[in-house]
Amino acid sequence: MNTPHVVSVKLYAAIFGALLLLTLSTTGMAFVDLGGDWNAVAAVAIAIVKALLVILFFMHVRYSSPLTWLFVGAGFFWLMILFGLTMPDPLARNWLTPVAIR
Amino acid sequence: MSDTPAIHAHQFDDSVQQHEASWLGMWVFLGTEVMFFGGMFLGYTFYRTAYPQGFAAASNHLDIWLGTINTAVLICSSFTMALAVRAGQIGQNRLVKIFLCLTIVLGIVFLGIKFTEYYQKFEEHLVPGWDFRFEGALVSSAEIFFSFYFAMTGMHAVHMIIGISLLTVLIVKATRGRFSASYNTPVELIGLYWHFVDIVWIFLFPLLYLVGRHLG
Repeated sequence: MNTPHVVSVKLYAAIFGALLLLTLSTTGMAFVDLGGDWNAVAAVAIAIVKALLVILFFMHVRYSSPLTWLFVGAGFFWLMILFGLTMPDPLARNWLTPVAIR
Repeated sequence: MSDTPAIHAHQFDDSVQQHEASWLGMWVFLGTEVMFFGGMFLGYTFYRTAYPQGFAAASNHLDIWLGTINTAVLICSSFTMALAVRAGQIGQNRLVKIFLCLTIVLGIVFLGIKFTEYYQKFEEHLVPGWDFRFEGALVSSAEIFFSFYFAMTGMHAVHMIIGISLLTVLIVKATRGRFSASYNTPVELIGLYWHFVDIVWIFLFPLLYLVGRHLG
């Protein structure tokens, strides 16, 4: 059952520190040319890690019931459907267009 | 929690089940919020794929340092919100109020910085449909970028304002002694909402401020 789980201040502080560090690193990384669209990939990857830290610890999902996991997962599964079924089309179209004239 | 006298509505077996139901209900609401913001994120992604150069050039007109500071401010507010929920769980009503106040202050700081940025964009003629000016051939795609910028950060700011209002209600309730270690569900649920709004910004920040910075 979902009895309240009291997380230690130490763990919250560690998550908080990690989130600040990741924020600084994503800003720093933005100035480095990683080539191709890898800057965007790296920035979004860091954002996903930050979001997971917030969801799992600040939002207590790590300590929640399997049913809660299902409800949380459903939202993000829907997001995957939205992007997964839409983006292949515009992405594949650009394979045929030279970058220079886009 | 189950040792304390039952304070649950009659349709629930006990306060534990009521608590679980409240959390699930909040997550269902946040699921609809994922759909709401998801549509805008999809629109952004779609048009960025179509106009990568225009989006990069327009993105470089945003102040990356104000964006970074605002991200840090919002993360601080999530931290104080988490501490407020924790204080509620262990029944420290005074700490609940202090951390909720801190969260509100940080939320207002965020909105203040956001307002400063909006003001700059008006001065620089970067507001779509309001004498929009952008040098070079990328003016059309830059205008699309700024449309997404104002729509997404604007909807995010609306959520912040709603969040601050909800936190104010919580402080009033806490002052009236409505919460205890055995019942602080409203603090927890509004905490979930606040963290969700933080997560939206965690994605808005790199997509709006950081894409194309290496080109500029």
